[in-house]
Amino acid sequence: MAKVLMKGNEAVGKAAIEAGCRFFMGYPITPQSEVPEYLSNELPKVGGTFVQAESEVAAINMVYGAAAAGARVMTSSSSPGIALKQEGIGYITNAGLPAVIINMMRGGPGLGTIQPGQADYNMTVKGGSNGDYHNVVLAPASVQEAVNMVMEAFDIADQYCVPVIVLADGLIGQMMEPVEFNYVPRPNLPEKKWALVGHWGAERSNIKNLVIEPDECEAWNHQHFEVYKQILANEEAWEDYLMEDAEYAFVSYGTASRVVRTAIGYLRAEGYKVGMIRPKTLWPFPQKAFDKWDAQVKMYLDVEMSMGQMVQDVAYACNDKNKVVFHGRTGGNVPTVDEVVAFGKEIMGGDK
Amino acid sequence: MAVVFEKTKGLTDAKLHYCPGCGHGIVHRLVAEVLEEMGELGNSIVAVPVGCSVFANNYFNIDAIQSAHGRAPATATGIKRVRPEQLVFTYQGDGDLASIGTCEIIHAAARGEKITTIFINNGIYGMTGGQMAPTTLPGMKATTAQKGRDPQINGNPIRVSEMLSSLTGPAYIERVSISTPAQVTQAKKAIRKAFEIQKQGLGFTFVEVVSTCPTNWGVTPVKAMEFVREKMIPYYPLGVFKDITVEEGK
Repeated sequence: MAKVLMKGNEAVGKAAIEAGCRFFMGYPITPQSEVPEYLSNELPKVGGTFVQAESEVAAINMVYGAAAAGARVMTSSSSPGIALKQEGIGYITNAGLPAVIINMMRGGPGLGTIQPGQADYNMTVKGGSNGDYHNVVLAPASVQEAVNMVMEAFDIADQYCVPVIVLADGLIGQMMEPVEFNYVPRPNLPEKKWALVGHWGAERSNIKNLVIEPDECEAWNHQHFEVYKQILANEEAWEDYLMEDAEYAFVSYGTASRVVRTAIGYLRAEGYKVGMIRPKTLWPFPQKAFDKWDAQVKMYLDVEMSMGQMVQDVAYACNDKNKVVFHGRTGGNVPTVDEVVAFGKEIMGGDK
Repeated sequence: MAVVFEKTKGLTDAKLHYCPGCGHGIVHRLVAEVLEEMGELGNSIVAVPVGCSVFANNYFNIDAIQSAHGRAPATATGIKRVRPEQLVFTYQGDGDLASIGTCEIIHAAARGEKITTIFINNGIYGMTGGQMAPTTLPGMKATTAQKGRDPQINGNPIRVSEMLSSLTGPAYIERVSISTPAQVTQAKKAIRKAFEIQKQGLGFTFVEVVSTCPTNWGVTPVKAMEFVREKMIPYYPLGVFKDITVEEGK
């Protein structure tokens, strides 16, 4: 398919349709409202269904029902709206259902700002709902990558029966870039034999969420974590950028990593041996990247649009919190190339 | 020997956990009998609530899902949009539907979502142990209103059927009860009508059942039935609040 110029939010909607998603339930919130707007027009054209829910809470619970009925289903929102969806994400998780959730992050906390941010890392990567669980979290750094990750999110969700969150930000949602849509489904995705279709008798589907006996509830948790083991083994994804000879490594994802990439060009021009590990999955966090490069890396320079929510994961991944330093902007601001270059020089000193 | 009566196939053999005198057992049976009589047992999906009927998914012998507290109408919306040919209904108590789930029930009704809601109104939170519900009558005692509900302090009860009947989306709304044999017969008719209207695709259907909670009301099962007749029904009058099949001659 030829490349077309599309706004991130609309491209995300088209990616969902290309991946076979025919059901979307959402609620308006800046800066992601073009996702429901686009899908309200486009889904009916392919026989799909768009529902403007009365709230984010209702939207995620509609997703719960549609996923239980066996559909590929998506919802989207932005930070305060994602906070509202947390209850439903926990229920979808406990029921073991596949669903895709888009978060075009903005600055917080509370109502915060409508400008882009990355301060939902903890809410998304560490949980956000009650109980022991993980979300699979994909972090695109461009509109094309958002498209690819939305498509992949549906496959991952179906493969493991888990909710998958695509964690982008308002900048990726609002900007236009050339994109192409080439969905190639993963082979051997499991049949949804558990789906609510109207069975009867002994073979009926009974999708439970209350597991009142502690032993049984504990066993459910262990079942979830058996699935997470497979995800940890199979799904870590990251980009190594100029890491071959790097003695210093930026760690950055999404929009912040684009600024870092440019800054690395300036630092390299001055002779600094610096690269970047760019997580594409935030859970599972790309441990293998750190195992691969840690012996040669003196310091990790974590750059985010938050107050440093990823720092602990970087410190854990390299097993040395003294090797991790942080620079960030928050509250809707994006770090500039100049300030990232200055941060790099401050840390690396004259070590070229 | 001729079989003159047997339990409906619409209920599983699981032992009900409900208290003696609780109305859930009666309403479960009515719903299950109607589904069986309509030939819909293999074509139905229920979204059950949080509350005493949280385990109704283990009792109804049909496809089922446990919803988040109050969100069953949203979950059922998702199911129905994916499975428009199936008969989809929610079964909810008054804390679930009329308090935390007020938003979801109103908007499912307003959209004219082609689902049915069976709403059990017994004026109290059962599962958590007798706290004040949005439907608790003025003067009625609850563990969070121990001197009795005082509207000046605790606010006023909500009449859900009347409230929803002001909307355009619902096709059929009736309030019934189960405190006499005649009421039980009428309740079954209402449930059947709600499901039939859903099958015709005419819109949202809603049956409110004024029911009992002897345990948390602190009375015997017999007294609970009397309380329904003497106190609950005067506040929550029985009858049809909306029926587009009559209005439009369908």
